[in-house]
Amino acid sequence: MRIGVVTFPGSLDDRDAARAIRMAGGEAVSLWHNDHSLNNVDGVVLPGGFSYGDYLRCGAIARFAPIMSEIAIQAKAGMPLLGICNGFQILCESHLLPGALTRNSDLHFLCRDQELIIENNSTLWTSDYSVGQHITIPLKNGEGSYQCDDQTLAMLEAEGRIVARYAGENPNGSRNSIAGITNERGNIVGLMPHPEHAIENLTGPSEDGLAFFTSILKKLVS
Amino acid sequence: MARIIVEVMLKPEILDPQGAAIAAALPRLGFSDITSVRQGKRFEIEFEGAATPEKIAEVERAAELLLANLVIENYTVRVNE
Amino acid sequence: MTLDTVQAAGMDPDHEQPYSALGLKEDEYLRIKEILGRRPTSSELAMYSVMWSEHCSYKSSKVHLRQFGEKQPKTDALLVGIGENAGVVDVGQGYAVTFKIESHNHPSFVEPYQGAATGVGGIVRDILTMGARPVAVMDPLRFGAADAPDTKRVLPGVVAGIGGYGNCLGLPNIGGEIVFDPTYAGNPLVNALCIGVMRHGDIKLAKASGVGNLVVLFGAKTGGDGIGGVSVLASESFDATRPSKRPSVQVGDPFVEKVLIECCLEIFAEDLVIGIQDLGGAGLSCATSELASAGTGGMHVVLDRVPLRDATLVPEEILMSESQERMCAVVEPVKLDRFLEICSKWDVTATVIGEVNDSTRLTVEWQNQIIVDVPPRTVAHEGPVYQRPFAEPADQKQMQADEPTSIVRPVTGEQLRQTLLDLISSPNLADKSWVTDQYDKYVQGNTVLAQPEDSGMIRIDEETGLGVAVSTDVNARWCRLDPYEGARLALAESYRNVATTGAKPLAVTNCLNFGSPEDPAVMWQFERAVTGLADACLELGLPVTGGNVSFYNQTGEVAILPTPVVGVLGVIADVEKRTPMAFSESGLELYLLGETRNDFAGSEWANIHGHLGGMPPRADLDHERRLANVLISAGGEGILAAAHDLSDGGLAVTLAEMSMKKMVGANISIEGDPFIALFSETPGRVLVALTKQNSEKFLALAKAEQISVKHLGTTGGPALVVTDQFVIPLDLLKTTHQETFPALFSGSR
Repeated sequence: MRIGVVTFPGSLDDRDAARAIRMAGGEAVSLWHNDHSLNNVDGVVLPGGFSYGDYLRCGAIARFAPIMSEIAIQAKAGMPLLGICNGFQILCESHLLPGALTRNSDLHFLCRDQELIIENNSTLWTSDYSVGQHITIPLKNGEGSYQCDDQTLAMLEAEGRIVARYAGENPNGSRNSIAGITNERGNIVGLMPHPEHAIENLTGPSEDGLAFFTSILKKLVS
Repeated sequence: MARIIVEVMLKPEILDPQGAAIAAALPRLGFSDITSVRQGKRFEIEFEGAATPEKIAEVERAAELLLANLVIENYTVRVNE
Repeated sequence: MTLDTVQAAGMDPDHEQPYSALGLKEDEYLRIKEILGRRPTSSELAMYSVMWSEHCSYKSSKVHLRQFGEKQPKTDALLVGIGENAGVVDVGQGYAVTFKIESHNHPSFVEPYQGAATGVGGIVRDILTMGARPVAVMDPLRFGAADAPDTKRVLPGVVAGIGGYGNCLGLPNIGGEIVFDPTYAGNPLVNALCIGVMRHGDIKLAKASGVGNLVVLFGAKTGGDGIGGVSVLASESFDATRPSKRPSVQVGDPFVEKVLIECCLEIFAEDLVIGIQDLGGAGLSCATSELASAGTGGMHVVLDRVPLRDATLVPEEILMSESQERMCAVVEPVKLDRFLEICSKWDVTATVIGEVNDSTRLTVEWQNQIIVDVPPRTVAHEGPVYQRPFAEPADQKQMQADEPTSIVRPVTGEQLRQTLLDLISSPNLADKSWVTDQYDKYVQGNTVLAQPEDSGMIRIDEETGLGVAVSTDVNARWCRLDPYEGARLALAESYRNVATTGAKPLAVTNCLNFGSPEDPAVMWQFERAVTGLADACLELGLPVTGGNVSFYNQTGEVAILPTPVVGVLGVIADVEKRTPMAFSESGLELYLLGETRNDFAGSEWANIHGHLGGMPPRADLDHERRLANVLISAGGEGILAAAHDLSDGGLAVTLAEMSMKKMVGANISIEGDPFIALFSETPGRVLVALTKQNSEKFLALAKAEQISVKHLGTTGGPALVVTDQFVIPLDLLKTTHQETFPALFSGSR
């Protein structure tokens, strides 16, 4: 199973996402922002980092990268797409997911081992979790506050499209403590925390993040 | 040569922690009676020729597409004489 | 302003030049005239003034720093020594690791965010120019009193700058220090360390050789950043009576540096450069003169070709500009196209600005006229060498005699309990999460240990588990009391911290922060510290691979405490075997390694009572070596559950730190004077925790190395219990530990 990981100028966690895919048993394929072809991958990850230095707004420039046109087409047709942190920001700027990510409410970059509650395990990326499961994965960003209008919020809640919520104290001011959401179809997921940094106890707070990557590989096989 | 100014502000209902931090700092410098500060962005776009209605419409499109995120921001466009 | 060319300079030898305003002494100016056989052009004068400034030429420190070379122990591990951008050490399995620490002190006082940010940017470029991928950063920081108003301006800005730049580069921040002392008030210390990894064959050096090879400037465009920054800021102290200086500070863009890193690594992978240098202090003046000087011939540069952000810059300004994120490479003509192609892929501006020749001169032309024609060695490597006078300060003996015996010592259990709470809530020992949570420690997915562990540890090879560990330390108060011994103690502590996590120390870097070299007392501190460090490195068999000197950290008459930060790098064969510092479960046996004596001079306890005086303890390096052997062997055999070295605040603080991380308490008994047992800062001690089954093996290892061991107690329970003395619930310990920084700095921007 081939999962593409896009590298934009300034992407940082692309190699870490690739490692997570490999550890889950898949083949990680490197995709370049300037190319149009997705190289026949079965799914795509938009990794964390500071694409284009977060110029203008996080993800505002990356969303216009040539590769994003093809990704948008495929994702709307059902291709699995996971946006982590900056990737989530790019998905929102592209309108592939609703809402927007804004500056953390206390204005500081925050890196911490964050407890989350998985609320939706019917997306292609979360099927290996159980609903209500608590996991601990790193949160590390300066612009992680999820915002949207009341209508969008009501829709997301009503349709069960909140994938993960922050447990305990809200670390950044996100509405309803939203840490991750999905589209109607459940193939596109945006997540602020970093599952690719919680795949081995040696280098992360847990192995809780690996299931994001095993989920998709199982889904692709079946 | 023409110059069009685009100003982008967060929508009123969106939390502006930077503006809030500035509002908190100003009294320490002796400014009293300030009830609110909101922080935004200003873009100065220059091009050859006059600022025709077509050019202005182009800049509005640029504002909608790139300069502002309409989910959380509003923008205004005006010609700078 | 008419252009001052070489030709013009030859014709009006008596033309008055502002050499003094540029920081040059009269004899130095005369020497330049002697070297050139005429007066220098204004561009040449600018070049010499910047390159001969303290920061660039090390003129006051060279005579003493020589000792690092002269007293270098024989070692096969050193692949590149002092003199290059950074030292390189062989860590096995074909890997080489480069590391270095540098200061960016004065700019961080002027503009904390950008000063700290560009400090990170600069050290990362140094590592990159060696041919390595930067993999981690660390930051020893020192500020004035924690509750001083200016500290609230400087600290948050510095931390935000380090985080803002380092996080955007994708470099995990794995450790550092934060220390407060009033002497740093006008002179905060921002020292930045970077570690890079590469294969042996990848090592790059900064030399220009091969007639006809091209000099390529790439990276950001050149603007007016920091013009004169180096010579003005580093060579002058801040004076409270004069209006504060506002030279143009360098402004960094980490995104540009990130793409520069990726671009360079691809260029290196295809072996497209002969030599490479980064543009740091003194910008183009430095890069071109150093490349030419280290190379085999000469160099000609066409300055008009430099891509500019600001078209109004004159040639002197272009030469002196310190615009960030720029590199200079020497490329063979046949490889140029591919070089430029890779730059284009990453959208990195790249321009051929010159050529290597066999002239033995560095010449620069502007608008077809020669404005610089100098022998590059005289600019880059043959700057002035001063023999600054040094003399022990008048108050030294008096300070050393003033032992902290006047302070009332805690005696009762309640008093001892309160002393521990006072210590762990004091700014120097309090929890630093408010700071370190602003740094990404996970990026690159290879961070095995990060703050507050004893050393930062990075995995290098996913297959074999090979890793490196780095620690930076110094107790500047000990250095004030005895700089020779203080420097030895700094090395001992850094060495011990690396060994405690299970890594074998291999090499040393240092950042020597001192006051004005024009003050004989400061110069004495410097000479003693360098000699102490060089002697200690020889004794422990560790080469100094490079480092940095920062002088003029002084406001008026008050110099900072002499602060020679010592960084030690070690290697570990398998990072899975690392020894963390936290108690992980109950029922572990606790052993204290090393003897405890009555050592309170310069201690944190004396510090919170406002006292600095007495004789610091003596470093016993033979003991440290044997102790390290025990820790490394035991770690390698996987028999240590946890280990943590004893330093500031002594045993009680070490115990508190080990128990608070995972909220596993401890129950111990102490002998003799409880105050000494709990709070003395005798060096050469480590507290270990291990299962009962492993105890015998461990005791045998300690015995073989003749390290004394004392059984103290066991882990477990919700409190720290010192039998017959006090009980402190971990919850209370934790809140007390964690309250200080947020109370001081939250709400400051």
